[in-house]
Amino acid sequence: MKYFSLIWRNLLRRKTRTAFTLLMVFIAFVLYGFLMTVRGAFTAGVDVASAERMIMTHKVSLIQLLPISYEAQIRSTKGVKAATHSTWFGGTYQDVANQFAVMAVDPQPFMEMYPEFTLTDAEKKAWLSDRTAVIVGRDSATKFGWKLGDRVPIKATIWQPKQGDTWYFTVAGIYDGDKGVDKTTFYFRYDYLDENRRGANGMVGWYTIRVDDANRSAEIGLAIDGLFANSSAETKTSPEKAFMQGFANQIGNIGLIMVSIVSMVLVLLLLNVANQMGQSVRERTSEIAVLKTLGFSSQLVLALVLSESVLIAVIGGGLGLGLVWMLVQSGGFNNAFLPVFIFGTRDLLVGAGLCVGLGLLAGAFPAVSAMQLRITDALRRN
Amino acid sequence: MFNWISQTIAVTLLSIRTIPQRMSSSGVAMAGIAGVVIVFVAVLSIGEGFKAAMAEAGSPSRAIVMRAGADSEMSSGLGGDEADIIKQAPGVLRDGGRAIASAELFVIIDRNKKTTGTAANVPLRGIEEAAMQVRNEVKITEGRMFQFGTNEAIVGRSSVGQFAGLDLNSEIKSGQLTLKIVGVFEANGSAAESELWMDSKLIQNVYRRGNSYQSILVKLDSPASFDTFKNALTTNPQLNVQVKRETDYYAAQSETMSALIKGIGYTIAILMGLGAVFGAVLTMNTAVSARTREIATLRALGFNTFSVLISVLGESLALGVIGGVAGGLLGYVGFNGYQTSTMNFQTFSQIAFAFRVTPELLVQGIVFALVMGFLGGVFPALRAARLPIPSALREL
Repeated sequence: MKYFSLIWRNLLRRKTRTAFTLLMVFIAFVLYGFLMTVRGAFTAGVDVASAERMIMTHKVSLIQLLPISYEAQIRSTKGVKAATHSTWFGGTYQDVANQFAVMAVDPQPFMEMYPEFTLTDAEKKAWLSDRTAVIVGRDSATKFGWKLGDRVPIKATIWQPKQGDTWYFTVAGIYDGDKGVDKTTFYFRYDYLDENRRGANGMVGWYTIRVDDANRSAEIGLAIDGLFANSSAETKTSPEKAFMQGFANQIGNIGLIMVSIVSMVLVLLLLNVANQMGQSVRERTSEIAVLKTLGFSSQLVLALVLSESVLIAVIGGGLGLGLVWMLVQSGGFNNAFLPVFIFGTRDLLVGAGLCVGLGLLAGAFPAVSAMQLRITDALRRN
Repeated sequence: MFNWISQTIAVTLLSIRTIPQRMSSSGVAMAGIAGVVIVFVAVLSIGEGFKAAMAEAGSPSRAIVMRAGADSEMSSGLGGDEADIIKQAPGVLRDGGRAIASAELFVIIDRNKKTTGTAANVPLRGIEEAAMQVRNEVKITEGRMFQFGTNEAIVGRSSVGQFAGLDLNSEIKSGQLTLKIVGVFEANGSAAESELWMDSKLIQNVYRRGNSYQSILVKLDSPASFDTFKNALTTNPQLNVQVKRETDYYAAQSETMSALIKGIGYTIAILMGLGAVFGAVLTMNTAVSARTREIATLRALGFNTFSVLISVLGESLALGVIGGVAGGLLGYVGFNGYQTSTMNFQTFSQIAFAFRVTPELLVQGIVFALVMGFLGGVFPALRAARLPIPSALREL
């Protein structure tokens, strides 16, 4: 620590260089944070998936419907703790550009299945007591200005109501949840859907199943699919995490694209910082020789140069990561297409590690050359 | 005046010719600019490719009819009787009394994506016999057309590459559905090439759709008869439908995805560009420092300050051009034509497409590189032009 002021002085001797190098590191880590957040947004469902939950869909595709009668059969399967169904509604609110998911569910089992959606007791009661009642996520409620008791019209896309082309719902609750939870969805009651739609009565979209032992989920999944084998609607049951990952994969390998870009940014940054460090050490050749003459050991000289480069990387990178973290905390990125934006702790720690690594690597070559500097050569050079 | 210009040119050439002497630092700046251009071109070529696949799919001489309120074929539904009325409407091209129109179903079937090995929503379209006349750009390139009334199917060329088990002569079993691939078709690389096509009657059966369809695609007798056709349908009290030109239908579908890719792409490019500008400033500052005495000498000899300013700026722009052209070329070679597929959220199904590095993108990339070079050079150039001659001459 006693050498800190020496390192600091060295950084300040060329203020423009230090400032621009810091800015470069800063920008690169803002990019890192942004890209990792985007990557996280595409796989948000995977992170909040529960190991005890499984998703059962029609075997041919997710869009085909399953009979509601399957529910009782699933519930009586050994190893199954609970089961409930969901149905995709689609629909548009005011304008097609307002996109959020609208689904029909069975309220009581739904709340038990998804404890991550938090509602007050009064809201729960309101949802259970009125057929047209709906619960909406905090983000959507804020965006569209919905309050409890509001009447919300949703224009039908798939499910036409018996009269007209619009469904009317009453906001009974506004659910909240942890950072990773999607707070944009609109959940209304399946009984309302089923009695008021034209056709497809008694059909649901997919089932969510809770098993009592996550380690046996593969086996339980096979047992359930066995129940409906050779029926008119065969099924495919997979762990929620795998289902969500599969869904994210359908969009494409966003992770690979983001990591490739980040790698490229970091390599370019490394070249730049290493180049600046090299320049700075070359300019100070005679100074370093003087230090050595005064009795600074080679290791100490190495450590001084390395600390200088790590210091730049940590200050610049830390500010960059901090900025992204603050922006994400304040919800600056949210949009309809990617409802969940979080800058994960793991990404933050990896980022911090990258800062230090970058500093060490960028400083390595100049530091070693400074260490190996022979006093007599260096003093004679100028 | 002439003297002034020739001075400027001479000094600028001098700086550019001496770039190799400052290779490590100039190289880093060029690599930085090239890196930005590569990423810029690559990310935006995804959006261009997606848009092109959608644009190619539509033709102004075709119209698509769906139920009013449906946001895509996927959520639409029309009865068989409605389909018959629609085919009789004025404006539809006829071939000896028969309407050139196809009542279609659009569903999905789970197939594994080759790159990830996980299930993907592959679009499966049920068509009628007139469909190939409606879409006359479609050509069977391998095998043959399927026979109506059988469980045969044909598959789009892009789909064969993206999803497992769709090769010619393979059989697909999924629940109650079994289908046999007898042909591969091409459609100018459009979204249609992501699809599997088979007899719509069979899909009605397997997907339990009764006698219903999701969309009717008609060939108009001329692009101009669209309004006649549309008015006839929308004023018919027996129908509750919306009519769109096929080009508009597909253009609207690419909007969300294109906007998302553009948003992310430009954000990345601007941030990276900013970083590259800072790198260029450092490089040019180093170049000016290294040549302090030289620049001071030139000015002592009578070269004007403007020519010094331009020479530094010229050098920086040269770095930008070299980096930009290199990045553009690498981006083109590395990404143009790269086949991939993604989810089209409007239809909840996969769409296969190729990255497209268009000439406009390359031009944008190089302009972007020049801007980076300019911004990187302007302050060091001002500094060089303002160097006090006596003290600069004394510097080492």
